[in-house]
Amino acid sequence: MPKSLKHKMPEQTPQDRRNNFNEVALGYDETTARAEADRCLQCANPFCRQGCPVNVNIPAFIKHIKNGDFEEAISEIKTKNSLPAVCGRVCPQENQCEKFCILGKKNEPVAIGRLERFAADYARGNKKKSESSAQDKTMGEQIGKVAVIGSGPAGLTVAGDLALLGYKVTVFEALHAAGGVLMYGIPEFRLPKDIVQHEINELRNLGVDIAVNSIIGRTFTIDELLNEQGYDAVFIGTGAGLPNFLNIPGENYNGVYAANEFLTRSNLMQAYKKNATTPIYKGDKVAVIGAGNVAMDAARTALRLGASNVYIVYRRSEQEMPARAEEIHHAREEGVEFKLLTNPVRILGNEKGWVEGLECVKMELGEADLSGRRKPVEVKNSNFVLEVDSVIIAIGQGPNPLIQYTTPGLEVNKHGNINTDEQGITSKPGVFAGGDIVTGAATVISAMGAGRKAAESIHKYIQDKKKID
Amino acid sequence: MYKILEKKQLSDGVHQYKIEADLIANKCQPGQFVIIRLDEEGERIPLTIADFDRDAGTITLIVQQVGNTTKRMAEMLQGDSILDVAGPLGNPSDIKFYGTVVCIGGGIGVAPVYPIARALKQAGNYVVSIIGARNADLLIMEQEMTDISDELYVTTDDGSKGVKGIVTVPLHNMIGSKREINYVMAIGPVVMMRGVAEVTRPYNIHTVVSLNPIMVDGTGMCGGCRVKIANENKFACVDGPEFDAHKVDFEGLMIRQRMYQDQERGQQCGGNCKCQNH
Ligand SMILES: Cc1cc2nc3c(=O)[nH]c(=O)nc-3n(C[C@H](O)[C@H](O)[C@H](O)COP(=O)(O)OP(=O)(O)OC[C@H]3O[C@@H](n4cnc5c(N)ncnc54)[C@H](O)[C@@H]3O)c2cc1C
Ligand SMILES: Cc1cc2nc3c(=O)[nH]c(=O)nc-3n(C[C@H](O)[C@H](O)[C@H](O)COP(=O)(O)OP(=O)(O)OC[C@H]3O[C@@H](n4cnc5c(N)ncnc54)[C@H](O)[C@@H]3O)c2cc1C
Ligand code: FES
Repeated sequence: MPKSLKHKMPEQTPQDRRNNFNEVALGYDETTARAEADRCLQCANPFCRQGCPVNVNIPAFIKHIKNGDFEEAISEIKTKNSLPAVCGRVCPQENQCEKFCILGKKNEPVAIGRLERFAADYARGNKKKSESSAQDKTMGEQIGKVAVIGSGPAGLTVAGDLALLGYKVTVFEALHAAGGVLMYGIPEFRLPKDIVQHEINELRNLGVDIAVNSIIGRTFTIDELLNEQGYDAVFIGTGAGLPNFLNIPGENYNGVYAANEFLTRSNLMQAYKKNATTPIYKGDKVAVIGAGNVAMDAARTALRLGASNVYIVYRRSEQEMPARAEEIHHAREEGVEFKLLTNPVRILGNEKGWVEGLECVKMELGEADLSGRRKPVEVKNSNFVLEVDSVIIAIGQGPNPLIQYTTPGLEVNKHGNINTDEQGITSKPGVFAGGDIVTGAATVISAMGAGRKAAESIHKYIQDKKKID
Repeated sequence: MYKILEKKQLSDGVHQYKIEADLIANKCQPGQFVIIRLDEEGERIPLTIADFDRDAGTITLIVQQVGNTTKRMAEMLQGDSILDVAGPLGNPSDIKFYGTVVCIGGGIGVAPVYPIARALKQAGNYVVSIIGARNADLLIMEQEMTDISDELYVTTDDGSKGVKGIVTVPLHNMIGSKREINYVMAIGPVVMMRGVAEVTRPYNIHTVVSLNPIMVDGTGMCGGCRVKIANENKFACVDGPEFDAHKVDFEGLMIRQRMYQDQERGQQCGGNCKCQNH
């Protein structure tokens, strides 16, 4: 292996993996991890850290791996990132830490994400000491009571940080399983669910209570949590769960899914398994609209459910595709076909109400728009029909309005995202927020970063309040 | 876990369950529903809260056996527990004084109409109830409905009880006799709700129906429950389940309810059951 390139991570072959739901990437072994760690130049002024939204001390943990001190490596990571097994798998490293790696200027950057994953998987396999020491910290007296709404990465981070400080934390989750998008959205083949559950069990070990089937705004309101149930503060991490539709004709035909529904059926409800009770419609020719992570996950799930053709239909071009580079690459390898500069205009259906095709129009790139991306414009008379029997819409999600409607005094912006300052403080005293509900659909690590800041603010808020009382 | 404290059969394939769920009982209002999951392998299905007792911390569900999950639920016994019950979901009914209200329940739809009719009565309305079923044996909750209604009409398709015909017959008669009706609430099979909407439409009588599209999460996250209301997609679980009957796209709703029919049929009942969906 030339030193200029990352060490390859073993993977299932595309032919194999498109027929199963097992994890695609298999992870480094110890030798490969140490060799990859050896590529790190241990810069005195490491740029990679600037690219990390939670500021993990990257050179330090890599050095531990190089030296074979894998437990030290994970302890180092865990001081900043409580979900490394998840982040090592799903962070868009090419836009974050690895983007700034000095090696990347001429060659390939250090495979920081793969090393993070290695350290986390090693620790999970070998019961490590970092965990038990963390547990001891919560043995003391409880210094306050905090309610966390939503069990996605933002909520889990807040819960973990505050539990370590000695707070009694209860996480309220609307669904029957904790984990947010990590459980219902991201598929097993990219993020095995037992890894997510392992991370959540670690939180339980810290004394965090997780109350599932609890819809805040319905089962309880935020005011009730604060005024009647004795919580000192509330954190809202309810994510961006409300799927957008295209508002084109034919969206209600059978065979048309929002990606959230398709992925929830397959992941959370395990409809991909043979004897599952939850049904899922398995299209043979499937068009997925959009080109983000959600779209790639839907396309690759459709393939695994047995589709013979899966198309990504995207109105912009290759460069603008927002998905992680690795997912696009994997999707291509597995046989997903990309229809770029193509915009859907109408879904066609038969007399029984089932999808028969997707009418599209070709696009070309025009002037740059506000986001700096060149704006796609329609090519006149270029309409054509893609013959498909299923259409999956993955063009983004907005905030769920339930909490906004049931929480007087909580300010939101025109899209319905909760307004906060840099530290996650909302307009309502005692109420904090972070993650996708504040920023709109973003990333796991940014949700965790926001959770960390909010946890600091909550700590400060409660301790200041106690001083005054 | 949510314990079944009481179970009784109301008619062929219809059972009533009293379930321990204090948080939900404490909060729920007429018109709301829960989503249940029987066990680890179970699917999530929506069921209306047919009654509740805040002091006892219980809710009542009335369930018609139509497929896999409802059949497995029918096999459960008093003392058994349901793994997940989430709620209350959906918006409460708009309970206030309207004047004369007509509450219509068809088949299993009588169950969700009951708490709404009772609340409308308590709000001072003159409540006329119309309940219908295919035959006398399938009629449920007649006594309960009698107790909370000022007038009650019963219809059966075969005439084995009450008026022969469908629930719209007494409604037609009332309109024909020029009685003032200020509000109509109808819950039942989609064809019935569409029928009621067509009867009241020419007279501009404010008519509300409670829709039952296929749901997954019930929190607005999946979009599976979308229904066209006045040509715009709404999510029945968070925007509804009640909507202005004159704006609902009933045809679209019926088509979408059939999405998994073949799959469910092949998977579960093999065509030998009594479900009316073959
Ligand atoms: C299919 C898919 C693939 C993705 N892939 C990637 C990827 O590869 N890399 C990456 O970095 N990011 C990815 N993302 C984005 C990332 O998952 C999100 O940005 C992140 O999960 C946001 O975290 P969060 O904690 O804000 O909210 P979420 O993870 O959305 O969790 C919110 C939780 O709150 C619960 N909730 C909502 N309302 C209520 C309520 N009223 N009461 C109680 N609970 C409530 C929800 O049920 C949910 O469990 C992906 C997203 C999707 C959908
Ligand atoms: C808001 C709401 C409230 C409801 N309240 C009640 C209630 O109080 N009591 C009750 O018995 N039922 C109620 N239902 C309907 C109930 O949810 C379905 O009967 C149930 O999901 C069927 O599950 P199954 O596994 O037994 O049948 P499946 O095997 O899933 O389906 C059997 C047949 O029923 C059809 N079906 C599936 N889901 C629905 C649905 N949501 N509506 C209509 N047909 C469906 C399928 O297309 C199929 O043909 C309600 C539905 C909604 C949306
Ligand atoms: S059931 Fe999923 S959005 Fe309504």
